[in-house]
Amino acid sequence: MAAWSPLEWPVLRQVLTGDRTGRGAAVQSARTRQIESRNATADRVVQSVCPFCAVGCGQKVYVKDDKVVQIEGDPDSPISRGRLCPKGSSSEQLVNNPLRQTKIRYRAPHATEWTDLDRDTAIDMIADRFLAARRHGWQDHDEHGRPLRRTMGIASLGGATLDNEENYLIKKLFTAAGAIQIENQARI
Amino acid sequence: MANADCIILMGGNMAEAHPVGFQWVSEALAKGAKMIHVDPRFTRTSAVATKHVSIRAGSDVVFLGGLINHMISNELYFHDYVVAFTNAATLVSEDFRDTEDLGGLFSGFDPETGKYDPSTWAYADPAGGTVTGPSGEEHGASASARAAGHEYGSGGPPLEHASVLRDETLQHPRTVFQVLKRHFSRYTPEMVRDMCGISIDDFEYVARTIAESSGRERTTCFGYATGWTQHTLGAQFIRTAAVLQLLMGNVGRPGSGIMALRGHASIQGSTDIPTLFNLLPGYLPMPSVGRHDSYREYVDSIGSKQQKGYWAYAETYVVNLLKAWWGEAATAENDWAYDYLPRLSGAHGTYQTTADMRDGKVEGYFVLGQNPAVGSANGRQQRLAMAQLKWLVVRDLNMIESATWWKDGPEIESGELRTEDIATEVFFMPAATHVEKAGSFTQTQRMLQWRHQAVQPPGQAQSELDFFHELGVRIRARLAGSTDPRDRPLLDLTWDYPPDAHGNPDPEAVLAEINGYVVDDRAPLSAYTEMKADGTTAGGCWIYTGVYADGRNQAARRVPQGGGGVTQSEWGWVWPADRRILYNRASADRDGKPWSERKAYMSWDDAQGRWVGPDNVDFPVDKHPHARPDPSLGGAEGLAGDDPFVMQADGKGWLYTPKGLVDGPLPAHYEAAESPVRNALYAQQQAPARVLLARSDNMEAPSAGEPGADVYPYVFTTYRLTEHHTAGGMSRWSPYLAELQPEMFCEVSPELAAERGLVNGGWATIVSPRAAIEARVLVTDRIRSLTINGREVQQVGLPYHWGVGSDAVVTGDAANDLLGVMMDPNTQIQESKVASCDVIAGRRPRGADLQRLVASYQQRAGTTPETGTRAVTDPEKEGF
Amino acid sequence: MEQPPRKGFFTDTSICIGCKACEVACKEWNHNPRDGDLELTGMSYDNTVSLGASTWRHVAFVEQGRDAIAAARTSGRALVSLGMPSVGAPASAVPAPDVAPPDTPEFRWLMASDVCKHCTHAGCLDVCPTGALFRTEFGTVVIQPDVCNGCGTCVAGCPFGVVERRSDGTAAPTYREGHRKGEQPPVPKRGVAQKCTLCYDRLLDDETPACAKTCPTTSIKFGDHTSMVASARERVAELHAQGMTEARLYGANELDGVGGTGSVFLLLDEPEVYGLPPDPRVCTADLPTMYKRAGVAMAGMVAAAAVAFWKGR
Repeated sequence: MAAWSPLEWPVLRQVLTGDRTGRGAAVQSARTRQIESRNATADRVVQSVCPFCAVGCGQKVYVKDDKVVQIEGDPDSPISRGRLCPKGSSSEQLVNNPLRQTKIRYRAPHATEWTDLDRDTAIDMIADRFLAARRHGWQDHDEHGRPLRRTMGIASLGGATLDNEENYLIKKLFTAAGAIQIENQARI
Repeated sequence: MANADCIILMGGNMAEAHPVGFQWVSEALAKGAKMIHVDPRFTRTSAVATKHVSIRAGSDVVFLGGLINHMISNELYFHDYVVAFTNAATLVSEDFRDTEDLGGLFSGFDPETGKYDPSTWAYADPAGGTVTGPSGEEHGASASARAAGHEYGSGGPPLEHASVLRDETLQHPRTVFQVLKRHFSRYTPEMVRDMCGISIDDFEYVARTIAESSGRERTTCFGYATGWTQHTLGAQFIRTAAVLQLLMGNVGRPGSGIMALRGHASIQGSTDIPTLFNLLPGYLPMPSVGRHDSYREYVDSIGSKQQKGYWAYAETYVVNLLKAWWGEAATAENDWAYDYLPRLSGAHGTYQTTADMRDGKVEGYFVLGQNPAVGSANGRQQRLAMAQLKWLVVRDLNMIESATWWKDGPEIESGELRTEDIATEVFFMPAATHVEKAGSFTQTQRMLQWRHQAVQPPGQAQSELDFFHELGVRIRARLAGSTDPRDRPLLDLTWDYPPDAHGNPDPEAVLAEINGYVVDDRAPLSAYTEMKADGTTAGGCWIYTGVYADGRNQAARRVPQGGGGVTQSEWGWVWPADRRILYNRASADRDGKPWSERKAYMSWDDAQGRWVGPDNVDFPVDKHPHARPDPSLGGAEGLAGDDPFVMQADGKGWLYTPKGLVDGPLPAHYEAAESPVRNALYAQQQAPARVLLARSDNMEAPSAGEPGADVYPYVFTTYRLTEHHTAGGMSRWSPYLAELQPEMFCEVSPELAAERGLVNGGWATIVSPRAAIEARVLVTDRIRSLTINGREVQQVGLPYHWGVGSDAVVTGDAANDLLGVMMDPNTQIQESKVASCDVIAGRRPRGADLQRLVASYQQRAGTTPETGTRAVTDPEKEGF
Repeated sequence: MEQPPRKGFFTDTSICIGCKACEVACKEWNHNPRDGDLELTGMSYDNTVSLGASTWRHVAFVEQGRDAIAAARTSGRALVSLGMPSVGAPASAVPAPDVAPPDTPEFRWLMASDVCKHCTHAGCLDVCPTGALFRTEFGTVVIQPDVCNGCGTCVAGCPFGVVERRSDGTAAPTYREGHRKGEQPPVPKRGVAQKCTLCYDRLLDDETPACAKTCPTTSIKFGDHTSMVASARERVAELHAQGMTEARLYGANELDGVGGTGSVFLLLDEPEVYGLPPDPRVCTADLPTMYKRAGVAMAGMVAAAAVAFWKGR
């Protein structure tokens, strides 16, 4: 904050700004005079798409110090013209929500509480279980000897809020592994 | 939609579910269009509608059928369009028998399997007999099990050839037009009044408005959502609207069509590139045992080279997919590694899988950005099934109920499950939000839009792409050196995506593979027409080819407002081939001239010898409107100049579906699986081919006419609110959204409130044969009691966003717990929009008393797993 | 410094779909904490109840039957025949039988997004003893939380009940405690007055206020006050021409008790139906008269005292 100056003396400001009743510029505090839009001070703006429904509204994501500081409608989008619904408007809270989980949690069989795991261990454990379940549920042929080459040990549900590229890898990996019970919200 | 003169919103609540999409309706209204909302409830859509028409949930086919009958019998349909562009003139097989001839069933029903043999529904063949599919007819039981209806997400079902008999006077009794006319003749305004609860005045208002807003000068557009799909005859709801729209000439023209208003950011994308059991990318079917045992059987069955249009090249799409997945291991000699694909042997949908899970047949389950403990029908069955798993991986942003049911689910509270007894291992893996990863979503109008990454995911959070890529890497490492042939598909898989700066796979590289490329030099393809069936090109999803044309990410195009043109073509990328209106050849008449100045779009330019207009024509660009190629030709060459429906095997819009649907070639009204109303149209009460899951944990209420039906006397319907998103995983954790709709509630009419002593703001318990839940009460005139067949029918409205857990900002009982699993045979989608219940005042019992309450109702109603499972209501009438 | 034109809102409730995007966008931008008690109110779809310290946009929901609609039509028509300014299409020009009522006649559901009125004569501003409130270069009224001492005079000074002191005294982002149902937000220590700033920070950067920018149906419009009032008048005329005589403007009359408001509204019924005062009046409107009377009284008393004193001698 600037050092105190005699010009900041209220009576003088009332005279100098012409705001004689003290209901305008004369009463602006130093903080008020420094107000800026946090969109204006963002380091970068990234174009994105709303993650909720299937309208596909454009979003602008304002980032400062590698943190998302604001998400609002993208006026350039011919689909949404800068507008968002309440869910889309809550996107910044979705991203920065303090309730959001950012740690891997593990519940052992019969346990009553969660424990923590590092990512490496967790993915290793899942890979081991994936292969075991694949093996246990494997079917080479049906009862008429026709080829099945599949596993019934693994199922998956999800994908309607995932990216096309993600769904593509999921379908590709599961199909190659012989897992067929792959489903998503599109049927629900 | 903004170009429509009339918008009918039905089976959906657009203002609430898609507020921003609704701006185009607002704009049409501001331009003087009319908007009619037909819905069981008066919603926020109704509040701004030109007119709201209250309809009994599940009776939509009666209403739409009434409109079809009205348009035909008063000759209000768009004659020239119908004759030229639809199959109205095509002759149907002599063996076909309509519901009019039988007691409400079509010919070919097999009471043993409860499914249809559709062979009698086929077109008549000029050479005698019928036009079947390319490899004969598939029985409905098998087609239904693999939800074959889904395969037509980008085009119609295959026919062996496109040579048919036509009578363009529409007089021959076996023309589709005459069949249609006769079939819908019993759908009268009086029937609409008695079955839908819609007054004759209101019906006539809607009919008049549509008729006045259709034809050469005007267009009417329909919008629907899950209010149509989530029924045992959901696909037929949409078919009825499609028949009406084709009759009125409202397809392929500006401001026309039927808009599916889908509910998830990439739900369209997740059927195009499916995480669905029955599909491969680009709507290619997953192979089925017995039907697709060899490569040749497979490709022959999905598209015939003798049929018209672009599905004739289906083999090319298959080769490109296999080549993209298995690279050098896919060769002509090994049929492009076709045998690496696992085979289906029936239905493996999410509900069948849940039943298998409950029976201990499934070890591991991945739940990805989804909350089945709350969002799936019959939630108790879902949770009990998960308790039988060996392991469960939940990937989400928040600690959703599907990850915590073992410690705070409703069954823990009721004592049915004890945490210490549950052996399931649970991994909760935090996911990345949409701004923490780059990738594309496909929105509801088939547009792919790229999201750029804004920041890195926090903590241990990770995108699906990174997680599954890493999982694949580790699985492959563990199998390295294996000689077991079953591991070949994993080891030969192309899994070498270049890493980004953080060591994760570059999503654009995945997009490039989806797009397709020339194998030699990895040059991206720019259109699926460049794909070859000889292994020199590869591409993961043929309908997306072009999204990476010229090596540029076309989905990331962001010219403000999409550029200057009316199609806004420089924003994102629309499949197929960046086409904004499908079947837009139909926007011009038979001679290629616009139907009218006002509705001009694409037209034939004689001087240039090509189709011109603001869009990419959905048609061979240089095909003259009068072209009449040899009927024996297949593919694009086979299309006549007046065959605008390029993805249909005969190039015409189908008023009648000779093939492809498993529950009838025409829509017919049947009551919901559970209904307190008797079907007044036919002796047949319920959809005969509906899919059931008869189990003690999925019991059905008796329907009208059966003993015990009065135990569950009310109809309930489920829906979403603007303020929340599906099962709440992305909204109930947000304080700003949670405070706007903080508690589970039910909406009831003042009459029902009086009948059951319910007080506004108080509590009610809703009981179905599956569960009992509690909800706060909103007594409102927005819910009407309807007079159906002279009897009052009360409807109860239940939003489905809440679930029982302890981590969300707001929690509550889940409406979906009440639902049973009864499904549409075409799509295997469950019926969530109508079911039977009772409502009592006050909160539900706690602990073990809860199950006692549910059981006491079941006993009173006499329900058993067999209740409601009879396929044919009156076998004598059907001639069995 | 050049004075920009006065800015304001025109909220057209006839096209509002009650989605509440304005409420969320406002809280998101201003980092206002959630303030509902997470319980269903039973008041239709309104669960935030009113404007307050943290809810600076609030959507009201009103369900009405046939009689209420008829009454609204009549009262709206009366406003026109009373000569409401600039409203065209007098009732007689509308051939009644041809104008089918454009909504469902037996029932309607009104939705309206309320906000601070940014009055021409702002009571809150006039009564603030600390200079915490000021009128901006955009003609809007803004509270400076760093100056406000929480005396609450402005709360009583607002004829619309818009201003409120926030119980936790901060505009900080929400945090984990006090989120879930049954948990209480932190105990208030010091409350400062809060209300809509018409996104003063955004206006400085030439951005549209968060609520108006996000509104899906353009029910909330933002712009120069004069053009907002003009389009409001056009819109009400258009609706009257369509037979919707229940439409009327609120806050567009510069002769009303607050000199007209910066936020004008198109309503479809009496203001009271939406919870708005029918005849708002700035509390300082009578100050000159009061001063005059006080002056007279004082003069009288002085005179009386003087007389008494003089007589007493």
